Amino acid sequence: MNDTVLKINDLHAEYRTDEGTSSVINGINLSLEKGETLGLVGETGAGKTTTALSVMRLMPKKTGFITGGTIEFEEEGNLLEKSEAEMRAIRGHRISMIFQDPMTSLNPVIRVGDQIKESFKIHFPDLTGDEMDKKVDDMLEMVGIPASRKNEYPHQFSGGMKQRVVIAMALSCEPELLIADEPTTALDVTIQAQVLHMMRELKRNLGTSMILITHDLGIVSQNCEKVAVMYAGTILESGTAEEIFGQTQHHPYTTGLFGSIPDMNKPTDRLSPIDGLMPDPLNLPEGCVFNPRCPHCMDICRTEAPKNKILDGSHMICCHLFDDRNPNKEEAENE
Amino acid sequence: MSERPMLEIKHLKKYFHTPAGELHAVDDVTLSIERGHTLGVVGESGCGKTTLGRTVLRLTEPTSGEIIFNGENILDYKKDKMKHLRKQMQLIFQDPYASLDPRLSVAEIIKEPMLVNKMYSRKEADERARELMDTVGLARRFVNAYPHELDGGRRQRIGVARALATDPEFIVCDEPVSALDVSIQAQILNLMMDLQEERKLAYMFITHDMSVVRHISDEIAVMYLGQCVELAEKEELFNNPRHPYTKALLAAIPVIDITARDREPELLKGEVSSPVNPVNYCRFYTRCRYACEKCREHEYELKQVSENHYSACVLEQTGEIGNE
Repeated sequence: MNDTVLKINDLHAEYRTDEGTSSVINGINLSLEKGETLGLVGETGAGKTTTALSVMRLMPKKTGFITGGTIEFEEEGNLLEKSEAEMRAIRGHRISMIFQDPMTSLNPVIRVGDQIKESFKIHFPDLTGDEMDKKVDDMLEMVGIPASRKNEYPHQFSGGMKQRVVIAMALSCEPELLIADEPTTALDVTIQAQVLHMMRELKRNLGTSMILITHDLGIVSQNCEKVAVMYAGTILESGTAEEIFGQTQHHPYTTGLFGSIPDMNKPTDRLSPIDGLMPDPLNLPEGCVFNPRCPHCMDICRTEAPKNKILDGSHMICCHLFDDRNPNKEEAENE
Repeated sequence: MSERPMLEIKHLKKYFHTPAGELHAVDDVTLSIERGHTLGVVGESGCGKTTLGRTVLRLTEPTSGEIIFNGENILDYKKDKMKHLRKQMQLIFQDPYASLDPRLSVAEIIKEPMLVNKMYSRKEADERARELMDTVGLARRFVNAYPHELDGGRRQRIGVARALATDPEFIVCDEPVSALDVSIQAQILNLMMDLQEERKLAYMFITHDMSVVRHISDEIAVMYLGQCVELAEKEELFNNPRHPYTKALLAAIPVIDITARDREPELLKGEVSSPVNPVNYCRFYTRCRYACEKCREHEYELKQVSENHYSACVLEQTGEIGNE
């Protein structure tokens, strides 16, 4: 199986603001095979959304810049070298994105059916009006909304329904790659379960590859084959879901994330959170980005950035603890 | 416990008049909270959790019912007496970005309730504000900072410090951690639990996050469309949920367990119906998998099903759905 849909190589991106340059993505590598779901986990400000916007080439024009690396998409080659017109043909057709907030990503003054139809008009201008209407009906039915509601406006739908409309829009041209940025964060749990279930079904039927951006480790463990843990623009740990959720060796940040979540299965008296705060992207720490908050911080962590270390299979950890030169390596691994 | 609970809420109702009809935001809720305990209130958006919290503090006047705080019905209190009482009942808000006055410094925000209630002189209040900052783990160098200079976790610490300023006995916490990242959320939850232990605080902890509510509560009330459909001790509720809604709610949570991946959860159909002019039988009827004729014949009543466990499901009360 070697159908790589998306391959991101050493991507760097920054925002240039009046206060200085903030490096939001510092050399990340990701790859996604056909039909796979990659979970991108991390806290606010980790650079998850910027990664997604880089792939879509939708970084804000005057402030956001991609400064290095490549993004290879199927046979299209490097997306970063595409012209705006070429990107427009890819966006919404072959790669599409679901944004976090369904309330703000729909146009309030256009009927939902017409908003879905928009992508057909752009990408399949040869279709007749009737064919487009038929397709709009099919899309709505597919996400569980009666086609009779296509003439209603977004405000007439509930949050869960709006997110379904957004998903219908994103899937309307059957993209090869779907980027879902916190698709269920704004929804209630029971509605979230419905939406996630629907997305799993659609993925199975259409064979879409997906990048699922979330901060909820529960959602990742139930929906993703691959996981990448992001922190301050760096991927600190990645691997298959089994490796991230099953194995005992983890990056200290991943361990901290797990410790911060109250366990549903057994009562805990006290959570063990990560001390301190996310570093300021304008002023990242030297060496390892996690060193100011890391309980295992060593001298080398403050001076030298750790290298990606493959443990076994595809399980990658970017931490000095697991470096061959670390004299306490055995200890770290047994922890 | 033989001692009378610190707070008892009896048949509390809050209806709002809307052009479409009567909106039953809180409908016949009876609950109690003991000193030093936490009552978790869970439910989906629109189920009346926040209205319940605000009504308990009389920030919105209830339509009917009783709120008995330390043995007295506070609904009989006049304005002055109520103001006096407010020192003992405080509120922590959901959104640390919107609930702090952007034009006041950290110290001024924390001092405000002490000065409004004329509890301390300005100088004493200054000193106390600094002590409170230590208590909630805010570095003193932020004393003159403004909220916009701080991140969400620190802002929520200000919210906690402000709530503690008047030495309350009871705090309504309305989704205090849902706007925060998990690592910060854990810090705030630990802080709140430490403070509870030190000061014997009682919390009414409103949230939609089941894992958080399990972590912090002693007892949990599950709300659906303004009604409390299940009330039980925490472990009892999680290990042995009795109301079909609670079961569905628990099943919908994505658990961090790789082995549970292929198990498709039982999905709830449809969405929460409108709280305007609701039906007089079980409001969960339209979404419930056990729904039958019998459900439509009974009015809402929360009945004891086992020790410290109450459920409003008629079928459950009559033993028609067994424990799976």
